[in-house]
Amino acid sequence: MHDHEEESRGPGFNRRDFLRGSGAAVAATALVNGAHEGLAAQDVKKGVVAAGKAQDIKLKVNGKEVTAKVENRVTLLDVLRDDLQLTGCKEVCDTTNCGACTVMIDGKAVYACSRLAIECEGKDIKTVESLRNGDTVDPVITGFCKHDAMQCGFCTPGFVVATRAFLNQKPNASLEEIRKGLGGNICRCGTYAGITACAMEIAQKGGA
Amino acid sequence: MNPFEYARPTTEAEAIDFLNDHGGQTAVLSGGTDLMNLLKRDVVQPQRVVDIKHVSSMNGIQRVDDGVLIGANVTLDQALAAHELVEYQSLLQVIDGHRSIQMQGMGTLVGDLCQMPSCWYFRNGYGLLALKDGASLVEQGDNRYHAIFGNSGPAKFVSASRFAPGFIAWEAKVRVIGPQPTQEEFVPLEYFFATPKTNTQGVTILKPGQLVTHVWLPIAKPTMKSAAYEVLESNGLDRPQAAASVCLNVQSDIVREARIVLGHVAPTPWIAHEAARALVGHKVTEDTVSHVADIAVSRATPLSMNDYKVQMTRAAVKRALLRAVDQLDPELV
Repeated sequence: MHDHEEESRGPGFNRRDFLRGSGAAVAATALVNGAHEGLAAQDVKKGVVAAGKAQDIKLKVNGKEVTAKVENRVTLLDVLRDDLQLTGCKEVCDTTNCGACTVMIDGKAVYACSRLAIECEGKDIKTVESLRNGDTVDPVITGFCKHDAMQCGFCTPGFVVATRAFLNQKPNASLEEIRKGLGGNICRCGTYAGITACAMEIAQKGGA
Repeated sequence: MNPFEYARPTTEAEAIDFLNDHGGQTAVLSGGTDLMNLLKRDVVQPQRVVDIKHVSSMNGIQRVDDGVLIGANVTLDQALAAHELVEYQSLLQVIDGHRSIQMQGMGTLVGDLCQMPSCWYFRNGYGLLALKDGASLVEQGDNRYHAIFGNSGPAKFVSASRFAPGFIAWEAKVRVIGPQPTQEEFVPLEYFFATPKTNTQGVTILKPGQLVTHVWLPIAKPTMKSAAYEVLESNGLDRPQAAASVCLNVQSDIVREARIVLGHVAPTPWIAHEAARALVGHKVTEDTVSHVADIAVSRATPLSMNDYKVQMTRAAVKRALLRAVDQLDPELV
């Protein structure tokens, strides 16, 4: 993991640097469009943030206070991935169906694709990255490995966060409750048996 | 998404004020599970999004003299845990049917009542009536999830609300405020929904500058029994293909009053008055519910691809009635 991070900071061309670059281009276009539509800040009254203009917002992510410069229409998922480089949460369906973007907000599992970043000011946001502390990882992550609960791995971070949030709410959940509770995440490879086995094992130990 | 202003009112008066600007070209945001999808596809293009989550009067569930008031910001998981709602079983069963902790934690009950149809023609920009060159895309095209009742007019989508049938069966009302700062009205939920006749009309009676702040439920008498049954296509997040919610006043095993409301079968929640009348004075048995369910679907007018929904609706009515009196086979729940 550490090695990989070092690598991606180094020189050369890789996928993330490319995405970062193209993201900046998109943002610049959006600003030009915003100006064209004449939505000026002076039209706006107290309690209203102007349209089409990137403003600083303060977020608390994984225990750290951070600032991001975003427009109103930017989702929490995009801020986490593109501005804060927390790329664990994934954008897959972008329509509140698949769960790959799941993060915890004030302890609840939330689809980050369908929350505006600006809505989350003052909230406690936790991403999958918060479930690792140095060499120690959350039992849900260990359990996913043990029960072979991933194949391509793209849904996995969202599933891990949803499983953690679910077990925090229902530490002694039954199999039926696990199936219902985790119904908001989809795995195209069909690794559900491993995921439920992992959640079951942790639930039998009291959820920790 | 088009650029929009973001407003964060803290009082109801402020919320109305923010919604009235831009000629009412504004949208209410609470859970965001529907609005965000509409915004991303440019199906709605408001000048301003008004986030009501900071209006404290719309938070929480409270007992009032004549019933229970549920605020517009109350999420499904909050409602499921609320001791004020334990008597309203039909509503809790529908919450339980949302098999996703994310939807339960984000989505709100009032938001469910106000959501837009999931008709694929509507979501792809053809408007609520799904007209192309004056012809109905629904009639000619893939209408497997469309209406089997109330579809003789131009609107053929189905109402998306999963809680409206249950709330209507309980004779709930919604508190609507605006567009004037002090305007307030309690509207019976059955009169809240509307079937649009043109592409500029909406799916509710809400006018620009208005919003729903609460839903009110009457006191549940001890003899009232309620249940819901939703026919889901899979065990996951799919919307029901047909649903029924019932509310019965049962005394000495005999039904004295009955309300049966169907969901996802018409452009509005569909009240089965005639079927409910047929149940009054009888016991709830396999035979009576079968007869009542036949009446409930007898006037269905399915489109070219959705006659299968008639049988599903019939089953939903039967199972909801049996569930209300604890006679439904647990395997079928």
